[in-house]
Amino acid sequence: MNRFEYLRPQSVAEAVAAAAVPGSAFLAAGTNLLDLMKIGVARPQRLIDLKDLPDLDIIEQLPDGAVRIGAQLRNAELAHDPDFRQRFPIVAEALLSGASAQLRNVATVGGNLIQRTRCAYFQDPASACNRRAPGSGCDARGGDTRQHAVLGWSEDCIATHPSDFCVPLAALGAMVEIEGPAGRREVALTDFHLLPGNTPERETALGQGELVTALRLPPAAAGFARHARYVKLRERTSFAFAVVSAAAALRIVDGRIQEARLALGGVAARPWRAEEAEASLRGATPGAEAFHRAAALALEGARPSGDNEFKIELARRIALRALTLAAAGTPDRLPALPASPFAPLPGGLHV
Amino acid sequence: MSETQRIRHGSSIGQPITRRDGPLKVTGQARFAADNHPQGLLHAVLATSSIARGRVTFLDEAAARAHPGVVQVMLPGNRPALAQHPDDKSAPFSFNMDLLQDDRVRYAGQPIAVVIAETLEAATEGAALLAPRYAAEPVEVTLDATSSYVPEAIGVGGPAELRHGDAEAGLQGAAHRIEAVYETPQQFHNAMEPHAVVAAWDGDRLSLDMPTQGFALTQMRLAGLFGIPVENIVIRSPFIGGGFGSKLLAGPQVLGILAARLVGRPVKLVLTRAQMYGPVTHRAPTRQRLRLGAAPDGALLALHHHARTATSRFDDFIEPAANASHTLYAAPAIVTTTDAVRLDTGTPGFMRAPGEASGSLALECAIDEMAEACGMDPLAFRLRNYAEVEPISGKPFSSKALRECYAEGAARFGWEGRKLAPRQMRDADGLLLGWGMGTATFPALMFQAEARAVLRRDGSGLMEAGTHEMGQGAWTAFAQIAAESLGLDLERLELRAGRSDLPNAGIAGGSAHTATAGSAMQAAGEAAIARLTELAVTDPRSPLFGAGNIGVVPRGGRLVRWDDPSRGEDYAEILARAGLEQVEGRGSAAPDPAAAERYAMHSHGAVFAEVKVDPDLGQVRVTRLVGAFAAGRIINPRLVQSQYQGGMIWGLSFALQEGAVMDPRSGRVMNADLAGYHVPVNADIPSVEAILVEEEDRHVNALGVKGVGEIGITGTAGAIANAVWHATGARVRQFPITPEAILRAMAAQPG
Amino acid sequence: MSLSVTLTVNRVQHRVLLDDPRVTLLDLLRERLQLTGTKKGCDRGQCGACTILLNGRRVNACLALALSHDGAEILTIEGLADGAALHPVQAAFIAHDAFQCGFCTPGQIMSAIGLISEGQAGSDAERVREGMSGNLCRCGAYRGITEAVVAATRSMTKEKAA
Ligand SMILES: Cc1cc2nc3c(=O)[nH]c(=O)nc-3n(C[C@H](O)[C@H](O)[C@H](O)COP(=O)(O)OP(=O)(O)OC[C@H]3O[C@@H](n4cnc5c(N)ncnc54)[C@H](O)[C@@H]3O)c2cc1C
Ligand code: SF4
Ligand code: FES
Ligand code: FES
Repeated sequence: MNRFEYLRPQSVAEAVAAAAVPGSAFLAAGTNLLDLMKIGVARPQRLIDLKDLPDLDIIEQLPDGAVRIGAQLRNAELAHDPDFRQRFPIVAEALLSGASAQLRNVATVGGNLIQRTRCAYFQDPASACNRRAPGSGCDARGGDTRQHAVLGWSEDCIATHPSDFCVPLAALGAMVEIEGPAGRREVALTDFHLLPGNTPERETALGQGELVTALRLPPAAAGFARHARYVKLRERTSFAFAVVSAAAALRIVDGRIQEARLALGGVAARPWRAEEAEASLRGATPGAEAFHRAAALALEGARPSGDNEFKIELARRIALRALTLAAAGTPDRLPALPASPFAPLPGGLHV
Repeated sequence: MSETQRIRHGSSIGQPITRRDGPLKVTGQARFAADNHPQGLLHAVLATSSIARGRVTFLDEAAARAHPGVVQVMLPGNRPALAQHPDDKSAPFSFNMDLLQDDRVRYAGQPIAVVIAETLEAATEGAALLAPRYAAEPVEVTLDATSSYVPEAIGVGGPAELRHGDAEAGLQGAAHRIEAVYETPQQFHNAMEPHAVVAAWDGDRLSLDMPTQGFALTQMRLAGLFGIPVENIVIRSPFIGGGFGSKLLAGPQVLGILAARLVGRPVKLVLTRAQMYGPVTHRAPTRQRLRLGAAPDGALLALHHHARTATSRFDDFIEPAANASHTLYAAPAIVTTTDAVRLDTGTPGFMRAPGEASGSLALECAIDEMAEACGMDPLAFRLRNYAEVEPISGKPFSSKALRECYAEGAARFGWEGRKLAPRQMRDADGLLLGWGMGTATFPALMFQAEARAVLRRDGSGLMEAGTHEMGQGAWTAFAQIAAESLGLDLERLELRAGRSDLPNAGIAGGSAHTATAGSAMQAAGEAAIARLTELAVTDPRSPLFGAGNIGVVPRGGRLVRWDDPSRGEDYAEILARAGLEQVEGRGSAAPDPAAAERYAMHSHGAVFAEVKVDPDLGQVRVTRLVGAFAAGRIINPRLVQSQYQGGMIWGLSFALQEGAVMDPRSGRVMNADLAGYHVPVNADIPSVEAILVEEEDRHVNALGVKGVGEIGITGTAGAIANAVWHATGARVRQFPITPEAILRAMAAQPG
Repeated sequence: MSLSVTLTVNRVQHRVLLDDPRVTLLDLLRERLQLTGTKKGCDRGQCGACTILLNGRRVNACLALALSHDGAEILTIEGLADGAALHPVQAAFIAHDAFQCGFCTPGQIMSAIGLISEGQAGSDAERVREGMSGNLCRCGAYRGITEAVVAATRSMTKEKAA
């Protein structure tokens, strides 16, 4: 790890000003940034610690029914907030399926959103990587691509975004609130992470010095609590990143789907919202036929980026599973193994 | 049973007493090597190669030196001279080492420089600043490499080929035949404690805090390398944070010792986790082809087990995987063969159950496939082919309670009523359920060890031996053996262990440490008691006068007459009267060639596994593991159960999780950390149980103890793979079994 | 650059002058305060060996920058036992043989204490397993760990109730 200048601004304005200097990085809990600094992938000259920024670690109910989540709120605090987890159980389930209890106790909302890809070649400074070193190439191509994308990738980069949290956020249409040198703005979470195109080094919509201050779940995100599940396929029962994952949320009225949300994780450089699939479900009777059709639509256009064709079928199946579980109903209490296929299933799989 | 024994003998042997080092370990006071901080300590950090073959052409030494806090950069040019080339093999068990002898790179992760600094932070950054450049050469890192050859020896000197009977004829005449290929990946030990050393020189005397599973082997190697007498090297290793074979021999810590010599100050070198995937040995990958033939009634007629494995380009260690087929099943014809390729990797080595782990996995899967072909229950098939004598040698077993293991394990698991056909069971949630089993086996080995026992005038006893505690419970089990041998209550026994300047207790390896060092302690204790007895029975003032050696036994700190235990005398009194502070006894243990000539000696077990498989997603969870093991006399059932459970969890890991992801282009391990290289977490182990099956063995050694440390992996990995098949109907023969492999195999199923 | 942090470690206040901003809490404890009970297994948040309680919450000390935690209260394995009397979790670890080599044990115990005070798992073994999954044990002492945590949870809640 290189030496760096350490700053501890007391206000958002101060933090934004400090970050105008190239080579600066915001430090939230550091579980991703310090890790990357240790392995030589990130070498910021200046760390701007967000710890003292006031009021960034709260959950706010807004008058219009929206919920604002401060960027510095810890993952565990959000997941265990009694009110929040009742209204947005799918977000709590995704959060609690990620990382470990220790990490969730410190990792922040902002950090989780902005965490970098786990692409092994990105994490290995000896490998060519366009994202880490623009123009150097991409050693993931032709390498081990189990972690890599099947949607939205480019010849220049096939990385995926690793966050679990972001998948239900994308489904629920979260907004990202940003404060920067040019003032305040916001972008939809689904536009926040950029697809690689030929500039994979541009990972998010943030410009130099811009700070994420909060996430906002709009009023329309409410009303899914009774039918919302996150499911995550892992290589071990816990403490593992998703191979693929899916978040499904349904609003069912009188036996028909009034509104549906579906997003996939582990398949693209951004949490992948499947709007066509959602549209296909609107007005449908919840059940195998509608869910199969929706899951197929969600993966339309998917293609392998290497030896990972299996992920397309897996993603389709996990979307189907998430929809099926969501229709069966959100359990009163989160299962002991959040998002796991081995959590007891209400009603079983009935296959 | 054990309770009455305890009353009769006043002995703690067989008692499930808690670990004597427990209080130190739960309070953070157990001192591991990296926990030491001698005055003036500097920190060393390795720089390692990112290419797998070629030369280092440039290192930015200036940048590293310029970093504040950096004291020295050790490179081939300034490395202190060694008395011996690192590739010299004059000491026993010497593997070639990479100690900055030149600019060659022979595997990825090879040390190429050492940066020494005032702080760990500075040394770490110094190493990063070296930013090496290379002249890279093409690499070969997979089993498909072109250079296959038949090695002269496999494992620790066994033959690469063993033929018993005519396998080809057996196969030809068989009513049922199977042929299958199983692949296992490269694996890394990943003990939770990374390799570490704190080294300090005083002239040509060397003081080391360093985890080692073999004091004497390590000392000898270091003495050779540094050209100093063995006695000049003191190694303290009271606790080893897991070794699993990776800490048997001198490792890359030698570079820390060299660094200390270079700077003339004590140096601490701790490998990073990533560096635990290079210079610390590993389990070699295998590709095993098994061909089995059976008669219509399920009697095996022939078994051919061929293992292809790999070693490094510059040294030999051949995983003896096919040997697993020598002992378990009574086929009239058994042939095992091995070939190997040379790869641009580090040299493989001993990793928990080397040979048996990979070999048993393939064998137990093949046996299961053969049972299926014969339409037989897997347990019935194994019993049909039960080996009454060791098949390959024809020798009787020194003891073998495998039948009892099968019976007790099956009963406990509830194996009866298992449906023969796969894919018949689901749980309430609709997940596929499968049951599988495997036979466990591991040789009962003996090495050489010495011990020294002392009885003191205050009535206490001391046992000294350079034994190794790495989780087996050495401090506890050895104290139990020592106390028993000296006829003392456990509280009166002091055990001195974990240092090199004690009697040589051999290695903690081959699951033979308790048997070997324990036998030496037993002998030492007996010798001390004999000395004391002589003092008593020859002294007219003793109530034991004239009782004669045969007629006197030690009991709870007293010598008493065998025929009348009420007549006796305290050790303290005997010593006081004789005017002695203490008596001493020395003992040793070694393999008994006569017994080995006559008997086949192995531990055995049977493992039963239940898995759930998600039928759509292919994710697997092992919901139950039951193992029943027979390994002779059990010194401490609590510790032994933990050893078995740990081994079984390694078996689970082998079947479903572990494996290096090697990039064939660069030769680098792409998952060289604990996030990408998966080993089981707590949630992976909902239920694991080890049953201790009673077994008496009068031949293995004086204690009747066989090994328990490694056997748990064997049988388990196969049982889980077989359970996955039973759940899904899909055979996956490439390990670890991944969700997509299961789905692929399921999709290929007819129907 | 001379920086200082004040930390209360195991109820004792320490003012540490740092010549270097890069020091993690783990390296500060181990190399500068010589509190080596807390272990380093990976240095990257992947194993849990470095688990400590930071302001009452279990965290990975290896991924915490010391400078960022000025004023924090830290509890490590060394601060648990009250003289010779072991903490109930420590005692349960011995009673249930919840360790072998002992290297992961300080982290397991601190994690267990964090888990119990979080109150999400209770004595439900499956929730305990999930909640303890951030602590690898290569020796495979998981069954003992789960049993010890469940037993300690029970005894501690009884104590509180009494
Ligand atoms: C072993 C391990 C396992 C993990 N497993 C999972 C998993 O299964 N699922 C999962 O989803 N995640 C997982 N994670 C990732 C984890 O969720 C992230 O590391 C964490 O959420 C990052 O939060 P942080 O506060 O520590 O961010 P930091 O590391 O402090 O920051 C991360 C990045 O975000 C930037 N940043 C932070 N806050 C802001 C802000 N407000 N505005 C602008 N930029 C900002 C930083 O500059 C940095 O680039 C795992 C991590 C580890 C180490
Ligand atoms: S996939 Fe993207 S992140 Fe990974 S190596 Fe290629 S360019 Fe880099
Ligand atoms: S050392 Fe901190 S998690 Fe491994
Ligand atoms: S006890 Fe050895 S790693 Fe857990």
